[in-house]
Amino acid sequence: MSGPNFSNSVVRWIDHRLPVFTFMHHEMHEYPTPKNLNYWWNFGSLAGIVLVILIVTGIVLAMHYTPHVDYAFQSVERIMRDVNYGWLIRYIHANGASFFFIVVYIHIFRGMYYGSYKAPRELLWILGVVILLLMMATAFMGYVLPWGQMSFWGATVITNLFSVIPIVGDWIVTLLWGGFSVDNPTLNRFFSLHFLLPFVIVGVVVLHIVALHRFGSNNPLGIDVRGKQDSIPFHPYYTIKDMFGLGVFLTIFAAVVFFLPNAMGHADNYIPANPLVTPAHIVPEWYFLPFYAILRAIPDKLMGVLAMFAAIGVLFILPWLDRSPIRSGTFRPLFKIFFWLLLADCVMLTYLGGKPPEGVYVILSRLGTLYYFFHFLILLPGLSIFETPKPLPRSISQPVLGSGAGPVTAEKENS
Amino acid sequence: MRARGLITAAAVIIAVGLTTSPVRASGDGIELPSQDWSFAGVFGTFDRGELQRGFQVYKEVCSGCHSLNYIAFRNLADLGFNELEVKAIAAGYEVQDGPNKEGEMFNRPGLPADRIPAPFPNDNAARASNGGALPPDLSLMVDARPDGANYLYALLTGYDDAPSGMTVAEGMNYNTYFPGHQVAMPPPLFDDGVEYADGTKATAAQQARDITAFLAWTTEPNMEARKEMGVMAILFLLIMTGLLYLSKRKIWADVH
Repeated sequence: MSGPNFSNSVVRWIDHRLPVFTFMHHEMHEYPTPKNLNYWWNFGSLAGIVLVILIVTGIVLAMHYTPHVDYAFQSVERIMRDVNYGWLIRYIHANGASFFFIVVYIHIFRGMYYGSYKAPRELLWILGVVILLLMMATAFMGYVLPWGQMSFWGATVITNLFSVIPIVGDWIVTLLWGGFSVDNPTLNRFFSLHFLLPFVIVGVVVLHIVALHRFGSNNPLGIDVRGKQDSIPFHPYYTIKDMFGLGVFLTIFAAVVFFLPNAMGHADNYIPANPLVTPAHIVPEWYFLPFYAILRAIPDKLMGVLAMFAAIGVLFILPWLDRSPIRSGTFRPLFKIFFWLLLADCVMLTYLGGKPPEGVYVILSRLGTLYYFFHFLILLPGLSIFETPKPLPRSISQPVLGSGAGPVTAEKENS
Repeated sequence: MRARGLITAAAVIIAVGLTTSPVRASGDGIELPSQDWSFAGVFGTFDRGELQRGFQVYKEVCSGCHSLNYIAFRNLADLGFNELEVKAIAAGYEVQDGPNKEGEMFNRPGLPADRIPAPFPNDNAARASNGGALPPDLSLMVDARPDGANYLYALLTGYDDAPSGMTVAEGMNYNTYFPGHQVAMPPPLFDDGVEYADGTKATAAQQARDITAFLAWTTEPNMEARKEMGVMAILFLLIMTGLLYLSKRKIWADVH
């Protein structure tokens, strides 16, 4: 075997029988990576680290939490007051969920801008969308566990959505609830699934990385690595770059955890759940707001639910909707404009999802929803016909080795 | 440099996040006047005198109707009371214990480990004594309302005559800052309603301030530990990130 030569004899002995060290050397050390990745490529490994932080803090929280409607709220407050550093662990976990979505949303939009979903990385992309769906289910169930007012009423609203499914809808809702309303059985199964799903996510993340390592990372130029001159080993170049990115991330994360720990939560969730009192506005966590806006934009309940799921479903077929052979948005003048419009549309929908469904908010939600689907279903397939892409650089190393660095020089040289 | 761009963006996010606007809207869209709180901001701490006065207001006024279920007497040591004082405060309460060997419940003087006893045995008893309205537990009040500290102060000082044309329902009171303006709680604080041991003049506004600070403490008794650790964590992370940036530059020097 043409593996690395390990100096430690114990490592050699183990590696001969169980080649884990060779595997790690291949995939984490010499793994050839395009040399021109920018900082937007940090968010993949960052998402992985946040997932680990969430799992570790979550396991500790589960040691102190009581999944029962009469004790859940109290047990969370016991964690906040009496468990050593319980407040820290819970604030890291609760805000960590929000930051997980921030990081993953940036990761997704990076993939969209640079066309990382295109051949041969379609399955890599699809596995990513599966992870997003699993994250949403996990986050939703996690938010129910403190059993505050927003936990209870959020759970009631969201689980009720499934009742619109023809024929089996009511049966599914009863199954989700474990009864005929959101109650103790609901809390118990949500706790169980909230513990389980993160490990399913880890499994899909492993597949995501296997698929990634098949062809390696895409890059800001969107052109293939042509040889050794285009790539550098992952270690130490990208390990240190990811570490630096992690440092920046942790600093921002710490600022929120220590100084604004409840800024992304809702005051109503510090009121114990009460099935007899409905909060004035039932608002989901911020990371669900764009989808919530789409749900409420459509007057028909069934169509609204379908549109909400379709908003994520459309991402599954994105590799086949965008027919342009050019990956990177840098070389697609029209696509670039529409990419930013889509991003603005998503930001607007996030804002609208948090507003009451009345007046101008409804109209804007409808326009935003319409534009979202217009972008994916009509604009992207059509764009490849009308758009004249800029000429691509011949290789990754050429512009990098030239006078300056990055794609701007490449454009100048080729035009 | 892109790195510098990201760092600047991060700094801006933090700066925006930490800056509180002078006037914030409550859940009902009523603007709340903003007060200066000693516990606000990155380096904010509780004022022990304020907390002790606030506890006195809770004990002599609020505790007639409102429970404080998440606070035990031992927690009061945070307010600056020493062990003997905590024991004396606890002993001033009757606490139900049991069952004893004969299977009977019995009352005994409170101990530091006991929680502060609630005024009513259950919600129904509380409603029955308050014209059908349930006085909420106060332990988490500051986090359980948007902009909680300013809201509580505004609510406690916001009783007024109803504007002409508005009829206030039987048993309700007009309040400028309560969502819907009709609150079952009658005005609880009056000038010199309590007599402060430290000689502070007990105006209604002063009492409102003190009880709000006290409830900010009951909401998050660990707030000072959190902020103290936060300052150290951020300093550590800034230095570490700086070193990582320099290492990154050095390692990447031969690539460009």
